Amino acid sequence: MLEATPKEIKTRKALRVNPCKTCEPVGALYAALGVHRCMPHSHGSQGCCSYHRTFLSRHFKEPAIATTSSFTEGASVFGGGSNLKTAVKNIFDIYNPDIIAVHTTCLSETIGDDLNSYIESIDIPEGKVVVHANTPSYAGSHIVGFGNMMSGFIKYLAEKSQAKTDQIAIFPGFVNPGDMRELKRLAKQMQVHYIMFPDTSGVLDAPNKGHYEMYPQGGTTVAEIRGLGAVKRVLALGEVTCTPPAMVLQAKCGVNFTALPLPIGIEATDQYLMELSRLVNTEVSDSLTEERGQLVDVILDAQQNFAKKTVAIYGDPDIVLGLTAFVLEMGMIPKYILTGTKSDLFSKRGEALFAKFGVSGCQALNNEDLFTLHQLIKNDGVDLMIGTTHGKYIARAEDIPLVRAGFPVLDRYVHSYMPLVGYRGAMRLLEMICNALLDRRDRDAADEDFELVM
Amino acid sequence: MNEREKVLDQYSGRVFKNRKDHIIELDEAGVPQVIAANSRSIPGLMVNRGCCYAGCKGVVLGPIADAVVLTHGPIGCGFYSWGTRRNKAKPEGEGAKNYLQYCFSTDMQEPDIVFGGEKKLRQAIVEIMEIFQPKCIFICSTCPVGLIGDDIQAVARWVKSTYKIACAAFSCEGYKGVSQSAGHHIANNGLMKEIIGSGQAKNSKKFAVNLLGEYNIGGDGWETERLLKQIGYEVVSVFTGDGSFEKMKNAHTANLNLVQCHRSINYIAEMMKAKYGIDWIKVNFIGIDETIRSLRSLAIYFDDAGLKQRTEEVIADELAAIEDQRQYYRSRLTGYTAGVFVGGSRSHHYQNLLLDFGIKTVIAGYEFAHRDDYEGREVLPDIKPDADSKNIEQLSPVADEAHYHLTLSKERFAELQNEIDLETYHGMFREMADGTVTVDDFNHYETEKLIELFQPDIFYSGIKDKYMIQKSGTPSRQLHSYDYSGPYACFTGAINFARDTYMSISAPAWKYLTPPWLVSSTLEGSIGGTENA
Repeated sequence: MLEATPKEIKTRKALRVNPCKTCEPVGALYAALGVHRCMPHSHGSQGCCSYHRTFLSRHFKEPAIATTSSFTEGASVFGGGSNLKTAVKNIFDIYNPDIIAVHTTCLSETIGDDLNSYIESIDIPEGKVVVHANTPSYAGSHIVGFGNMMSGFIKYLAEKSQAKTDQIAIFPGFVNPGDMRELKRLAKQMQVHYIMFPDTSGVLDAPNKGHYEMYPQGGTTVAEIRGLGAVKRVLALGEVTCTPPAMVLQAKCGVNFTALPLPIGIEATDQYLMELSRLVNTEVSDSLTEERGQLVDVILDAQQNFAKKTVAIYGDPDIVLGLTAFVLEMGMIPKYILTGTKSDLFSKRGEALFAKFGVSGCQALNNEDLFTLHQLIKNDGVDLMIGTTHGKYIARAEDIPLVRAGFPVLDRYVHSYMPLVGYRGAMRLLEMICNALLDRRDRDAADEDFELVM
Repeated sequence: MNEREKVLDQYSGRVFKNRKDHIIELDEAGVPQVIAANSRSIPGLMVNRGCCYAGCKGVVLGPIADAVVLTHGPIGCGFYSWGTRRNKAKPEGEGAKNYLQYCFSTDMQEPDIVFGGEKKLRQAIVEIMEIFQPKCIFICSTCPVGLIGDDIQAVARWVKSTYKIACAAFSCEGYKGVSQSAGHHIANNGLMKEIIGSGQAKNSKKFAVNLLGEYNIGGDGWETERLLKQIGYEVVSVFTGDGSFEKMKNAHTANLNLVQCHRSINYIAEMMKAKYGIDWIKVNFIGIDETIRSLRSLAIYFDDAGLKQRTEEVIADELAAIEDQRQYYRSRLTGYTAGVFVGGSRSHHYQNLLLDFGIKTVIAGYEFAHRDDYEGREVLPDIKPDADSKNIEQLSPVADEAHYHLTLSKERFAELQNEIDLETYHGMFREMADGTVTVDDFNHYETEKLIELFQPDIFYSGIKDKYMIQKSGTPSRQLHSYDYSGPYACFTGAINFARDTYMSISAPAWKYLTPPWLVSSTLEGSIGGTENA
C-alpha cells in the first residue's frame, strides 16, 4: 500500500499528490441542496455535474439532484449564455423547482461568462427565482464554494429590514444533515426561534416511503432566506467556512454576526449554548446540563484508553479544528492537524489550541495534501488517525487505526445521520475513538494479555 | 398512446423534437430501427453523462497501474477520479509500482489560468521524477487548459527527450465531444501513437491475444484471464484493467484482439488491424451462454484441435461447478423483469446475463453509445459526422512493415465472417423483444417515468440514480461498481450476479416501506358514546 511514498520529504512547488480538498462547485452544490425545492445548476461541462452528484451520493447514500449547462466546444468559444437560457427554461418546465441556484465552474470562469447579465436577460416564470454564485475551481476549495453559494443566495434574496424579528440565523457550515439536526435540537431546547441556512436535514437524509420525492420536506425556504435580512443576529458556526457569507449579510442588511467554532467537544458546545442563552435570555436547560455532565463523566471513565495518545486529524478546516479541540479536552495529543484548504486562520487557530492545552511538538498545516501527511507519519508516527475516507490508504500502509469523520466518508454507512456536534456528538466521537484504540489493543494482544474487562 | 409516447408527452416544443429520436419502441423484432445517439445533451436535463476527461482519464487511462497519470488542471477532476472506479490492479514483477492509490494533479490556481500553466506542469513533472521515478507519465488536460492554450504535447516531447521515459499527452478537456465517448477515442489515439508497438518483442506465440475494453471492475478481467489461460491462450495485454504500460508496449505481438467493450475501445481494434494486421473479434464474457459462445468463437478462429478440446473441457468444468446454483437462482428469478441503463456496451451484455436466469429486460438504454452500439456496425457508413465528432482526431495508421502479421488467409477470414463475430458487432437492438423501449442519453425524468410505466422488478444503473430508484420502491443495483461486489464475468461471476440480484429483490426491508399504522388504525373506535371501548 502506497509503496511509492518515500520517507524523505522533498519540497514540492507544483505537484499535488493525494489532495485533501476538492473544488469549489461541489461545495456550492451541497449548499444549494440545503434550500427547499431548489435545483442546483452547474454552469460548465457535463462532467463537473456528474462528478459532483456522484460524489455527494457516495457520501450520503442519497440522491443528489443537479442539472448542467452541458457545455460543448462551441459554447466554450462563444460563451454559455444560450446554454443557460435553454437550461433554465427546461428546468422549470420539467423539474419545476421554486428556485435554481447556478454555480460556475473553471470552464465558464475561464471564458469569462457574466452570470449577472445572463440571468437578468432570462425570462423567469412568475414566483420563481434564479440566483448564482461564482465558484471557480482554480481558487479556494469546496469549503470556499460552499460559502460562496451561501453568499450568492444572500446577495440575491436577503432583504434589509429596519424591524428585526426575534429570530437567530444559524449558519451550520459544511456539515452533515445529522449535525444540522443536532444543532437545531439544541436551539429548540434553548427555545430559540431560528433560521438554519442552509439546512440539508430532511433533504439528504430523507426517509424511504416507497415513492420518490424530488424535493423532500427539508431545506431552508426562499422566504426564510429573504428573512435573513431581518434576524436579530447570525451565529456563524465554523469561522473559516461561515465568516465570509456572514460578512456579506452584514454588508447588505446590517445584520451582525458572531463567529464561533463549530460546536464539537465540550467548550465549543458550551460556547454555542451560552451564546444562544445570552441572545434569547433563556437559561440552559437541565437536560442539556445533564448531557454535558454525562459527556464529562465518560471522558473521565475512559481516559486511560486515550490520554496522551497521539493523533493525526485531517479534512476540512472547521471540522478539523473542532475535532482538535475535543481530542485536547480528552487529553490526547493532536500531533498533526492538516487541511487541504488554504487558510492561515486554520493554522493560527490550531496553534492557539496547542498553546492553550500546553501540548508541544504539534503542527497545524493548511494548503497541504495527504501525501505530506503520510510522509510526516512515516517520519514520526501517531497512534490514531481521524479524518475522511481518503486517509484509509495511509492507515493501512502504516497500520494505524482510523476513525472516519468529515467529508467525504465514502466507505461507511449511517455516518451522515449521526452528529459530531453537541455533547451527544462528542460522546459518539469518544465512543468511536475509544473503540478504535481498544479494538487495536485487543487485536495486538498476546493470548496471555487478552483482557475480558477493559 | 404507447409507452414511448407517454414518456415524450411531458415535453414541449424543442425538447420533444430532440428527444423523440432518442427513444425507440421496438414493435416488430427484426425491423431495423434508427436511433439518434452521440449527439449533444439538452442543457437543463438531468442527464447521467460525464465528460471527455472522465472517458479518457477515468475510464481508459486510469486503470493503467504502472503509469503516473497527471491531471493538469484545477484540483477537482483529479480528486473525483481518484480510486472511484473499482478497476482493480496488482502490478507484478520486481519494482513494479501501483500508482492507482495515488492522485497526481497540478492543482492549478488563478495565476496559472491568467499567465499559463505550462511552467507549473513542467515543474510538477520535475517533482514526479524526483520523488517517484516512473517509467511512464500520462498528462491529461481538464477544461481550462485547452482554453488558455497550454501546449501539453510539447511538454510530453520534452519529458521524453529529457528523461528518456514514455510520455503521452491527452487533450481531453471536458467540453470536447458530447460525452465520455470522445475521451475514449482520444485515449485510444494516444495509446496507439505512443505506447502500442513501442516494445521490442516479436510475434512468436501461437495463441496470443489482447483483451480490449476490459477494465477489471470488481475483478472481471482476472476471471476472464483465468479461463483464457486455462484453455491455453497467452494474454499479451489487457486494455486497460490491471493494465500495464510495460505489457501494452508489446500488444502488437498478439494474433487476435478480443473486444469486450465495443464502445470504448473499437478504435484501437481497428487501428491495430490497419497497422499490424491483427484481426479482432467481438466477445462478451458477461453471461453464461455468451461466455460459452465467445470461447467457442475463439477456438474456431484459431482452428486448433487441442485448443477446441480444452475449450470444451473448461466449459464443461465451469458449468458443472455452478450447475446447482444456476438452477437455484434460475428458479428464483425466472419471470422477473428488468431495466438496464448503463454505459455504452454494458446494457447489451447484461441483458444476456439476465436471460441466463430467466429475467426479461423491458427497458434499456445507454449514456454515451453511438448508433452502431444500438443498431450494429452495419450502420457505420450511414453515420454522418457532426461538428462535435469532427473535432476528435481520426487516425489512419498505415501498415508497420516490421510488425505486420496476418493470422488468417483472406479466404479463411471471409469464410469465418459467416461463422463468428469477426470484426463486426450487431448491436443491442437485436437482443430486445417487441414492446421494449430503448432510450439514448436517458435523463432523470425519463428514468422516473419509465419505472412508473414498466414497473420493472429491478433496475440496473449507476450511483446517480440508484438512490432515487430505491426511494421509489424499486430495487436498484449499480452496474458501474457492482455495489462493491463482483466479479460478474464468466461462469462463477454469473452466479455472483444472480446472488446479488436475488438479494436485492428479496431484501426483507422492502416489506417495511409502509408503517402499519398507515394501513390499520391504532385508535380504537368508540361507538355510541361508549367510553373505553
